[in-house]
Amino acid sequence: MATIQPIAGELEPHPDVALVDRVRRGDVSAYDELVRKYERQIFRIAQHITQNREDAEDVMQDAFLKAYEKLDQFQGNSKFYTWLVRIAVNESLMRLRKRRTGKMVSIDEDIETDEGSVPRDLADWAPDPEQNYGQAELAGILRKTIQGLPPGFRVVFALRDVEGLSTEETAETLGLSVPAVKSRLLRARLQLRERLSRYFKRKKGGGK
Amino acid sequence: MTCAEFLAMLDELIDDTVTAGVRVELEAHLRCCEHCTVTLSTTRKTIQIYRSHEIYDLPPGLRERLHKAIMERCKKGC
Repeated sequence: MATIQPIAGELEPHPDVALVDRVRRGDVSAYDELVRKYERQIFRIAQHITQNREDAEDVMQDAFLKAYEKLDQFQGNSKFYTWLVRIAVNESLMRLRKRRTGKMVSIDEDIETDEGSVPRDLADWAPDPEQNYGQAELAGILRKTIQGLPPGFRVVFALRDVEGLSTEETAETLGLSVPAVKSRLLRARLQLRERLSRYFKRKKGGGK
Repeated sequence: MTCAEFLAMLDELIDDTVTAGVRVELEAHLRCCEHCTVTLSTTRKTIQIYRSHEIYDLPPGLRERLHKAIMERCKKGC
């Protein structure tokens, strides 16, 4: 007799649901599993927003602790990961505001900039431009480049393109509208592309 | 299609969320516009580079400190 196979992601519960249930029943080792699963992502997001290693370490610790303490409030109608990201984003923004006392740091303000609207640099890139740099040098270039973006663009790019959240999840996490996320994402992508062109564009008269 | 109209659909093209009809129009524009062809390929590459390179290493010992903090919290009542 033919059996009906559940469609992955639709009928099968997310594996985190079982882990969260175990934590709720007092199994702290299940929370360790969740930490191991998401620690890199949470640390990266905190670094992207705060641009400060010390703050990012504190954010990671506080976000996981807060999520642990508030697990009863987790409804399960969103993914555990996106719920955790929301906590980490809020913690990161709080740290960023503390460091920039007197300066408003907001991710929902509309950032007006002409950069990113019309690409100016027409130069094509070398075929594998990252091959021209050592790993540490490349990481430095990528850090420096993304640091130059306004926080509101940086966080959207980090969540959407680096961490792989959907547009809707990014909007929900940041408390922004979907069109606002789309607009920031386009401008973030174009600004990063333009800034990276300084390093990656094809040299005149050569293949690389 | 103008370059500005192409640019407005750039993200949808990259994220593969365009309809078949729009895709045909975008591809027709690409065939005659080097500017947009370069913009598309280098923007795709930008995303791919950021996705595939770890630019912030997890500090050593951070996981252990976190584990300790969670266990401390647990002692106060899980």
